[in-house]
Amino acid sequence: MIADLFAANVIIGILTSGIRLATPYLYASIGETFGQLSGVLNLGVDGMMLMGAYAGFYVTFHTGNPWLGLLVAILVGALMGLAMAFISVTLKAEQGISGIGVYLFGLGMSDLLFQKTLGTVETVSGFAPLNIPLLSDIPVLGTVFFSHNILVYGAFLLVPVAWFILNKTTLGLKIKAVGQNPAAADALGVSVARVRYATVTLGGALAGLAGASLSIALLNVFQQNLTSGMGFIAVALVYFGGWTPTGVLLGSLLFSSVNALQLWVQILGIPIPSDFAVMMPYVLTILALIFAVRKVNQPASLSKVFERGEG
Amino acid sequence: MSLPVTHKIDSVALRNIVKRFPGVIASDHVNFDVKAGEIHALLGENGAGKTTLMRILYGLYQPDEGEILINGKPVAIRSPADSIQLGLGMIHQHFMLVPTLSVAANVALGLKSSRGLLLDLEVVSQRLRALSETYGLRVDPDAMVWQLAVGEQQRVEILKALYRGAALLILDEPTAVLTPQEVDELFVTLRRMAAEGHSLIFISHKLHEVLAISHRVTVLRNGRVVQTLNTAETSRKELARLMVGREVMLRVERPEVQFGAPRLVIKDLWVTGDKGLPAVRGTSLQIRSGEILGIAGVSGNGQRELAEAIAGLRKPTQGQILIDGMDVTGWRPEKLILNGLAYISEERFRDGVVKDLTVEENLMLEQHGHAPFARGIFLDFGRIASHTQEMIRDFEIKTPSRQTPLRNLSGGNIQKLILARELTRKPRVLIASQPTRGVDIGSTEYIHSRLVAQRAEQTATLLISEDLDEIRNLSDRIAVMYEGRIMGVLEREDASIEKLGLMMAGVSVESQESG
Repeated sequence: MIADLFAANVIIGILTSGIRLATPYLYASIGETFGQLSGVLNLGVDGMMLMGAYAGFYVTFHTGNPWLGLLVAILVGALMGLAMAFISVTLKAEQGISGIGVYLFGLGMSDLLFQKTLGTVETVSGFAPLNIPLLSDIPVLGTVFFSHNILVYGAFLLVPVAWFILNKTTLGLKIKAVGQNPAAADALGVSVARVRYATVTLGGALAGLAGASLSIALLNVFQQNLTSGMGFIAVALVYFGGWTPTGVLLGSLLFSSVNALQLWVQILGIPIPSDFAVMMPYVLTILALIFAVRKVNQPASLSKVFERGEG
Repeated sequence: MSLPVTHKIDSVALRNIVKRFPGVIASDHVNFDVKAGEIHALLGENGAGKTTLMRILYGLYQPDEGEILINGKPVAIRSPADSIQLGLGMIHQHFMLVPTLSVAANVALGLKSSRGLLLDLEVVSQRLRALSETYGLRVDPDAMVWQLAVGEQQRVEILKALYRGAALLILDEPTAVLTPQEVDELFVTLRRMAAEGHSLIFISHKLHEVLAISHRVTVLRNGRVVQTLNTAETSRKELARLMVGREVMLRVERPEVQFGAPRLVIKDLWVTGDKGLPAVRGTSLQIRSGEILGIAGVSGNGQRELAEAIAGLRKPTQGQILIDGMDVTGWRPEKLILNGLAYISEERFRDGVVKDLTVEENLMLEQHGHAPFARGIFLDFGRIASHTQEMIRDFEIKTPSRQTPLRNLSGGNIQKLILARELTRKPRVLIASQPTRGVDIGSTEYIHSRLVAQRAEQTATLLISEDLDEIRNLSDRIAVMYEGRIMGVLEREDASIEKLGLMMAGVSVESQESG
């Protein structure tokens, strides 16, 4: 039975779905990376993903246009990011607690809207797979890497883009400086509040996008608590990735591959209780956080409110 | 990167500045001015309002009343961005650097890039090299800031301001973290900058530095200007009197005492620091009863870790600590306290007191669980009251009552409270880390006299301080710590500033003598 896992088609299947499943994690955790690097710990990612997932699904369901759904999902996410920025930067609320508040709001609100506007689980035809000419014809590799829908490609493209912004632009320098020593940035005339508003709003937009990638590209359904905690995993992946886009990429792939593996374990009917299989990714996250996290890069002012003139 | 505008500042004046914080007036109708080419010192004790005033000038605080004039014209400075625009620069006491970034990145932060949205660190590095050369401020633009020594970090701070074309530089206690030789180097740079027409405001509470570097000096006390004088026409004694408001004894009386047997013995001690690296590397010391051994050195060379290891807050990885011949290595603080160890921590609020408890509770922190202050699990409030009342009187702690929350006391009185708690236990060994940092001169005098008085009580005292004057005034012998090692121990009479300064920079006694 276990040997079934090593059949060629199963391995290809695991790899392919591993790459697919990394999509929502990548969007959400790259967005969270920006926020955390600037010093804001946003624990509301999961709530933002749920709202994005619902909004994207609802618009696509009614218009039949997934692009419009995607746009609305991003806007809804950005709006929630803006709210989180307002709470944590302007109102200076405790970030851990207010993030959980934002999560609970998103969880409840998306469910309420779902009950009132849809009522039952529907499906949409979201983004269809996009076979990249020539490349997708390569045996094995083509299936694994080049026959996904556009949001999957977008997620992987986001990694070098984020790296470039963080390391090669003045904005990236500001973000890192504000997260490491906001007083220093402030003393040089950088607006700590504006940078943090920008990163947290961007993080929200990407969380909305992450949610939409589930509801209109990967699963094409919406239901209560569709994400089932993915947003929290995304927060953990930022720690795991050591606050770098490449680290986050590695973490997302590892996590989604284990997830894909456990799915196949269930599909193949391998006699491991399914509860244990489902647990695997989460246990892995905890182990990874214990053993793999190098706190060297941790933004020194992460989750600390900035007040000018203190200290 | 756009070329910095070379600002032209002939004069900057603060007129009738008032700044109130809840319960205090930090600036009380202050007038202050500085001209091009001038080094104007702002002298005052901790809490006199020096930093507040300069933070107002730099746009970090808004004044409640008064105005700021540049070249005679009133200006509005709402934020540091405004003041940078006007040609002001500030070197903060705690450096405003991002340790995880390179020197060039720290300088480029917040500046317009010559490549639009993209960073232009190569261009910045190049200009930085030229600037370093002009002012004799050696620094590698590509080095990461966390790798730099404190003196180098300060140079980065100065370069940051110069790079932005600052015509006026505010230096907040710039010498606090430097060795005497580094101070000399800094002074050379400052004089060169003044000669080129920069205005400099030099904040300090150290009289000899103010006398050495400034053209004029303004003395602040309790938020008010006491007087502005020409430095050439004043003296150390006069400045001290103006700063404190009464005659001050600049030296402590030190009666001769007979030293006894070694009380505190440290043998080849190794202690790991917060970063996981050895911070104390094979230190050996002996302090006899009745003796004060001073440890000089720039902070961060293992002094804190050494003190914490002796106080039981940090486990040594190797070596031995003996008190009166008994091995106490690795003992818990409670056991050490019961065995006659007293500890005045440099982190007063972290290790010394609990801010939200009352004066009385803080005085009883160590002894409340033992007779005669406790009977079983119950506290004897009668005894506690009379004992704490005594301590408050004996140690001249200024507090409205025993029940006042500690946070309402001044820094000097909090330090006296810690001293009272530690000394009434009649300690055999006393560790005093930075005992007068941030403390007013009145309390400093008192604390010094108390520490010296412990010699007659046969206490062995380890005094750790960054203030070389304090070390030289109080100690019987002086050791210097550098990168976790003792660079040598000098008798009081031999410990010249020059020798100590070289040792603080890592030159051992032996190599000084042979060289």
